[in-house]
Amino acid sequence: MRQPNSTPTAELMLRETASQTAGPYVHIGLALDVAGLPERDEEIWNRMAWPEAEGEHIEVVGTVIDGNGDPVRDALLEAWQADARGEYRPEFDLEQPFNGFGRTATTAEGASEWRLETIKPGAVTRGDGRVMAPHINLAIFARGVNIHLQTRLYFEDETEANAACPVLNAVESPARRQTLIARREEADGKVRYRLDIRLQGDNETVFFDF
Amino acid sequence: MQNANKRFVERDRDWHPPAYAPGYKTSVARSPSQALVSLQAPSASELTGPDFRQLRMGRHDNDLLMNFREDPALAGSAGLPVGERIIMFGRVVDQFGKPVPHTLVEMWQANAGGRYRHKKDGYLAPLDPNFGGVGRCLTDEQGWYRFRTIKPGPYPWGNGINTWRPAHIHVSVMGPSISTRLVTQMYFEGDPLIPICPIVQTLKDPEAVETMIGRLDMARSRPMDCLAYRFDLVVRGELQTYFENQ
Ligand SMILES: [Fe+2]
Repeated sequence: MRQPNSTPTAELMLRETASQTAGPYVHIGLALDVAGLPERDEEIWNRMAWPEAEGEHIEVVGTVIDGNGDPVRDALLEAWQADARGEYRPEFDLEQPFNGFGRTATTAEGASEWRLETIKPGAVTRGDGRVMAPHINLAIFARGVNIHLQTRLYFEDETEANAACPVLNAVESPARRQTLIARREEADGKVRYRLDIRLQGDNETVFFDF
Repeated sequence: MQNANKRFVERDRDWHPPAYAPGYKTSVARSPSQALVSLQAPSASELTGPDFRQLRMGRHDNDLLMNFREDPALAGSAGLPVGERIIMFGRVVDQFGKPVPHTLVEMWQANAGGRYRHKKDGYLAPLDPNFGGVGRCLTDEQGWYRFRTIKPGPYPWGNGINTWRPAHIHVSVMGPSISTRLVTQMYFEGDPLIPICPIVQTLKDPEAVETMIGRLDMARSRPMDCLAYRFDLVVRGELQTYFENQ
């Protein structure tokens, strides 16, 4: 009866639980401090790297902009990235210097920026052997977003790697590829990359299905 | 390596709500107008995800009756939240029915009056000094999770002149990779507000709505204590691990 890689017919498979918006109060569940709730002993938040972590320490910031050009002030973002050597390390442990997973949120006031403190990931080799340029996977949850949006953040100064990246090249329009490239800034001796995510309209960010 | 042949069952985007669902007004300006770009060749970027077994949880993280009180001096029944006491439980499985062990399930909700403990919620129903509204836990070896809480109240919102959310609990599950990541809402079986909710109506298929209904389970309720609602979560199935050899 051994049938390697056989797939049950669609009728026998369960259907995935349907998605619903995370709503305006997503912070109560996933970003307690932003909601105004006391934090628990350990929270999953935006400090992904501590000084001991191997690699180039960077800050990643940006906004989320809606189709009217207004900032989305109640978005929650999740980041998932490889370490400096290009390896994904699933074990999440706040006692280790680097975690590949983090969360952040846009702020209700001011510039409404999200922010991550992390290290620059290494290039990741795909299953087919092709090398993807360094990138951070981002998921966006918000009121009005019925199923989370998935995108990637690439780095401006990885010109060659970006040009050869099979995923960036899968985006047909070269102009649209630019919506995934974070711009490098240097401030107070810190390296910072900035990416504004545009949900709709002019320069709409590329979102992925996988 | 071991990821080379791994794949997840394709996400059926007609089953899930579309990004643009004009009956839910906020989606209009927050929905991409361009098509999603499909990643044809899978990579570790999508096939892996965080494992939260080392995240240290508090003793009452999954017990919303106990995990918040404004005045820590309040103890016993004086420190309990108002509302119908319930157990919310279920199993996280994949589309092949395989349990998803040790995965993070998080939830948040309004209090019994329909008010959220959030800076931005100004609904006139009062806050409950003994209720925060957040919980989390890891599924066990067999994929089971469990919370103790109170049943949230319905609340009005500004989508239309008189729109109300059915009672619901927001639920977030990670699953084995970021491909299985899912945020949804659990509704309560029989609530007449469900079919008239613009957010529920973002789903086209009534069967998809059924996947979001928590069902009363008298066998798991506790006499003289609380009712129980069962809510199973189904995440995308992993294709490579499916062998009919057991
Ligand atoms: Fe809600």
